[in-house]
Amino acid sequence: MTINELERIASQVRRDIIRMVHGCQSGHPGGSLGATDIVTALYFDQMQIDPANFRMDGNGEDMFFLSNGHISPMFYSILARRGYFPVSELATFRRLGTRLQGHPTTAEGLPGVRIASGSLGQGLSVAVGAAQAKRLNGDKHLVFVLMGDGEQEEGQIWEAAMYAPAKGVDNLVAIIDYNKKQIDGSTDDVLNLGDLRAKYEAFGWNVIEMSGNNMQAVVNTLKFARENAFQGKPQLILAHTEMGMGVDFMMGTHKWHGSAPNDEQAANALSQLTETLGDY
Amino acid sequence: MDFTIQNNKDTRSGFGEGLLEAGRRNPKVVAFCADLTGSLKMGDFAKEFPERFFQTGIAEANMINMAAGMALSGFVPFTGTFAAFSTGRVYDQVRQSVAYSNKNVKIAASHAGVTLGEDGATHQILEDIGLMKMLPNMTVIVPCDFNQTKNATIAAAEYDGPVYLRFGRPKVPNFTPVDEKFVIGKAQMLQEGTDVTIFACGHLVWKAVLALPILKMMGVNAELINIHTIKPLDVEAVLKSVRKTRCVVTAEEHQRNGGLGDSIAQVLALNDPCPMEMVAVNDEFGQSGTPDELLKAYHLDTPDIVEAVKKVVARK
Repeated sequence: MTINELERIASQVRRDIIRMVHGCQSGHPGGSLGATDIVTALYFDQMQIDPANFRMDGNGEDMFFLSNGHISPMFYSILARRGYFPVSELATFRRLGTRLQGHPTTAEGLPGVRIASGSLGQGLSVAVGAAQAKRLNGDKHLVFVLMGDGEQEEGQIWEAAMYAPAKGVDNLVAIIDYNKKQIDGSTDDVLNLGDLRAKYEAFGWNVIEMSGNNMQAVVNTLKFARENAFQGKPQLILAHTEMGMGVDFMMGTHKWHGSAPNDEQAANALSQLTETLGDY
Repeated sequence: MDFTIQNNKDTRSGFGEGLLEAGRRNPKVVAFCADLTGSLKMGDFAKEFPERFFQTGIAEANMINMAAGMALSGFVPFTGTFAAFSTGRVYDQVRQSVAYSNKNVKIAASHAGVTLGEDGATHQILEDIGLMKMLPNMTVIVPCDFNQTKNATIAAAEYDGPVYLRFGRPKVPNFTPVDEKFVIGKAQMLQEGTDVTIFACGHLVWKAVLALPILKMMGVNAELINIHTIKPLDVEAVLKSVRKTRCVVTAEEHQRNGGLGDSIAQVLALNDPCPMEMVAVNDEFGQSGTPDELLKAYHLDTPDIVEAVKKVVARK
């Protein structure tokens, strides 16, 4: 897929995010908008997957886990646009009886979701387990996991960060959505993350940095990570992103981490995002 | 039931043998352990199946979630650590990634209760049954001796869904049949009686067995039922027995709040209220001591069961 095509999909995903969060007047637009380019590139270009025949076990394909489950609008839009379930279902986001729960779950059987996330810090461990399962099965596909940067404050992340290199889990690509913001403010103010690159390197990871909102850079980096898999070390991509990317008044602030736009704000946001695939 | 003691063995060794057998029967069985391979008796499995054994280090949260991730691909992961670190320490991980996500993870929890002994209250969890039984999708199993723990481990491996398997440290009389098929959710009738029903689990089952001849001498014909599966509870067996005996004693190495007695009380209150007494720890933490000293000190011993029976029969 060309970079231009991926960017067009990302624009539609961002429209979906705004419309979903506006529709139910709740949810997390900021991080969703910021991580859109990365997950669009994964699902529409880089991952080897079979959306029409979703299998919980993920055998014989790449697997993706969303550890920071609150950016579910982005995840749901991409899953739907990729064909895991009908795009029209996006309208049910966060409504009673929906398969599109506030945070992703398996309880309602939504295709594309393999485990619940929401309580932070668990996804990296799950991905390590799934990656080890692939090794046992002789399955040469990769496991990807996206984490938040604020999520790095959870102690369990560092249990998994210590385990994966120690056990040579080298079919794993972890990505940190490094937008430097969390719900209470900047990560520098809430709990300074320090030098994340140096920390992961000290734990034994190969660390790659990329501009997470530049589609060409994202695609190149993901390709690079695949080429460098199976060489003894897990890989960590530090993705420099902008929370709220694509909507001017949602950028440069943590205020849109978890609040919904009103009618006027939603209209303003949508005027900045081209409809490319047709709204749901 | 024949109450002949075959030998004295720890239930954790029953788990170790059961895990090895489950591993031989099913190549998808894998095991994780958080630096307690010796304590959990997982060494034989690790030796025979080194590629299917994962030493996680002292990192229980990571262990639970890795097991959930591995279960996704059709493996049957057992996690091994003490009961205290299998539940309270990792409750959120178990809740979100195992129970809510309904993953086929078997949480093997050793050293439960005061019979862990000298290590003291930090390690003697008495709240784990309650924590685990509250989680939707979770099956909670508390076998009573070596043979039953081995057979329960094999049954847990064959069952599809999250299981909490609780066992202990000390050597205790081993009396259930060697290769008895363990049926999850099916209460085990140990002795039929007419005057009172004793529902027991875990180490307290044998303490209740010892109470039977004492009660008989007192003229009380007691029924003893081993509730090895706390959840799903065999409600039918409970109500059937109570219809006959009209009073109940429960016995467990756990807090009164949240334990076996609490589950039985709920069934009785909702269906067929009758007098009940609970032999359990009553809202306090444990302490250091030998297992036998502690069972006495916390009123979890045979004389306590006898006293409870006397009391409840008088209330009829």
